[in-house]
Amino acid sequence: MAEERGGNPTRTNTFVVSDRKRSVQKAVKTAGELLLLALASFVAIVVLFIFYFVARDAVPFFELRGFSEFFTTTEWYPADDPGKFGALSIIYGSLMVTMGSALIAVPMGIAAAICLSDILPFSIRQYAKPVIEMLAAIPSVAYGFFALVVLAPLLQDNGGPLLMWAWWILAAPFMVLLVVVLADLVTTRIEDSARRKQLNVVLAVLFGLLAAFFLYRVGTLLHAVEILTGTNALNVSIILSFMALPTIVSVSEDALQAVGRDIREGSYALGATRAETIVKTVLPAASSGILAAVILGIMRSLGETMVVWMASGNSAHIPEPWFNYLEAIRTLTATIAGDMGEADQVTGSARYHVLFAMGLLLLVISFICNLVSERIVVRQRKILSGQ
Amino acid sequence: MRRKLVLLLALFSFAPGAGSAAPVKTIVLDGSTTVGPIAKSFATYFTRKYGVRVSVSESGSGNGAKSLINGSCSIATLSRPMKSAELAAARTKGVNPVANIVAMDGLAVVLHPGNPVRNLTKAQISSIYSGRITNWKQVGGPNSNIVVIQRESNSGTAESFKDLVVGKGVQIKGSAETQSSNGSVKNRVSSTLTAIGYLGLGFVDRSVKAVSVNGVMPDVKTVRSGTYPVARPLYFYTNGQPAGVIKQFVDLPKTEAGKGMISELGFVNR
Repeated sequence: MAEERGGNPTRTNTFVVSDRKRSVQKAVKTAGELLLLALASFVAIVVLFIFYFVARDAVPFFELRGFSEFFTTTEWYPADDPGKFGALSIIYGSLMVTMGSALIAVPMGIAAAICLSDILPFSIRQYAKPVIEMLAAIPSVAYGFFALVVLAPLLQDNGGPLLMWAWWILAAPFMVLLVVVLADLVTTRIEDSARRKQLNVVLAVLFGLLAAFFLYRVGTLLHAVEILTGTNALNVSIILSFMALPTIVSVSEDALQAVGRDIREGSYALGATRAETIVKTVLPAASSGILAAVILGIMRSLGETMVVWMASGNSAHIPEPWFNYLEAIRTLTATIAGDMGEADQVTGSARYHVLFAMGLLLLVISFICNLVSERIVVRQRKILSGQ
Repeated sequence: MRRKLVLLLALFSFAPGAGSAAPVKTIVLDGSTTVGPIAKSFATYFTRKYGVRVSVSESGSGNGAKSLINGSCSIATLSRPMKSAELAAARTKGVNPVANIVAMDGLAVVLHPGNPVRNLTKAQISSIYSGRITNWKQVGGPNSNIVVIQRESNSGTAESFKDLVVGKGVQIKGSAETQSSNGSVKNRVSSTLTAIGYLGLGFVDRSVKAVSVNGVMPDVKTVRSGTYPVARPLYFYTNGQPAGVIKQFVDLPKTEAGKGMISELGFVNR
């Protein structure tokens, strides 16, 4: 780039370049390249420095207390004397809300991205995308406040009915789809088209009744659920999924757009329907970009602090049973934020360094996530270009 | 880290260079969220009367002690006495913390107003927090599980509560929820029918219901007389004996105006 910038003006003026000018050009070029190199390496160096400084304060904890207490016990009493530093329940809490938010945000985000890029007309997409991206501009403390003041009491007072409605709204469309597909699959072998149609309708009604009964049973079960505390893993998962959504939607929509008109039209030209084009052509082609979007969204949930500190309840225990999203949990990020205050000179160093151990753990987790996604993206690209 | 914290605090208090060495133009207070309301109304009064700027941050007693030791505040507000480890750390840094008692505060144990339980003994409260009692019917209430709400480890209120009620060596159960301020504890208790929490007396209002402890209701009289079992002094810690404007500020609780503000906020004058 520096070469072009240095070369262009002289080329228009004179064809022959004097020695002086050439040496000046060379110097400018080198300087430009060095500047760019410095800027690029600065970012890398910042990451390395963060790693170094967090690790420097994390290592003393493991020297003092070893690994097994931190990773395998669940008793978290840093302020006691002697303190107990079992972080397993906290690590579990972090993973739990990250998983929960991913379960909500990933299907929703990808569906929204497909809708934006392939289904909605351009005039609507023009407005819808910026509105979705505005979700990312809301400060996380505002989300936390909403979770604590609005969502938590709502879950406590109307938890069962809310769960039931959520179940109906989410499961009903899938059930309809399932019924139609099943009925089609069973009747597909029948040659006589009139009989096939008849049987199809009968089966659809039958399956539909079964599905409705199933929906109703689960719905009543959920309706009877009483949510003891509104500041729980479910609350945080919902809020975190909204925070991850704009990233997932925006990045995967870009990936879908990048697939290009020619590929879509090629698919249509071969006689594929719009659904087939989306599922079999566009999605696989954009899969690496979508995966990157998903990883970015998950990182957002994993690293979020304010919302979980305000609305997760912050109780350091593994819920009973382990998948119970209706209990309060505590995450790594919230623990670092909440316990930093009095950590350094009071009860000796373990209490201070354990927070850095948690920070290091978070860094390592996100580092691994990034590496894995990078690998997958590269492999996907190779497969796609190879075929 | 420490330098960053100091920087951050300076930024928060809009008072760069307000360390102990600089001549005091601004008084910087940092510490307990319980003492916060007193500190803030003192600050407003003091600024109006003497024209000295006073900035108040509320980051928990532990942070207040740390700021005093780091020299990033001139008065640390604590809702518990300084611990020996903190005093030792202060000495190694050449800081000499002096305790000045501001007021007395009762810790009220609060429930949702819809909860019929009116009295709890100290032993019952301790059992609730340690997890031996998990259902309200065990203490004469309705049949529903108890949501236990505590304060985070930075809080002087939490430490006072642990010392005065839960007892030394008793572990608060892991499933107890943790909130970061008196206000958020009140918010959680007032919106959760089955919750129990604890607040500084000054924070109790109609949105929550204080229960009597060992048969004594927490109020100004019982706290001052010492019959209410969960009471504690609140402190202004200064570096060395206070002098100049800082002394004027620290002595506010002895003036009529100061006493008025303290009792108006629901705290108890000594």
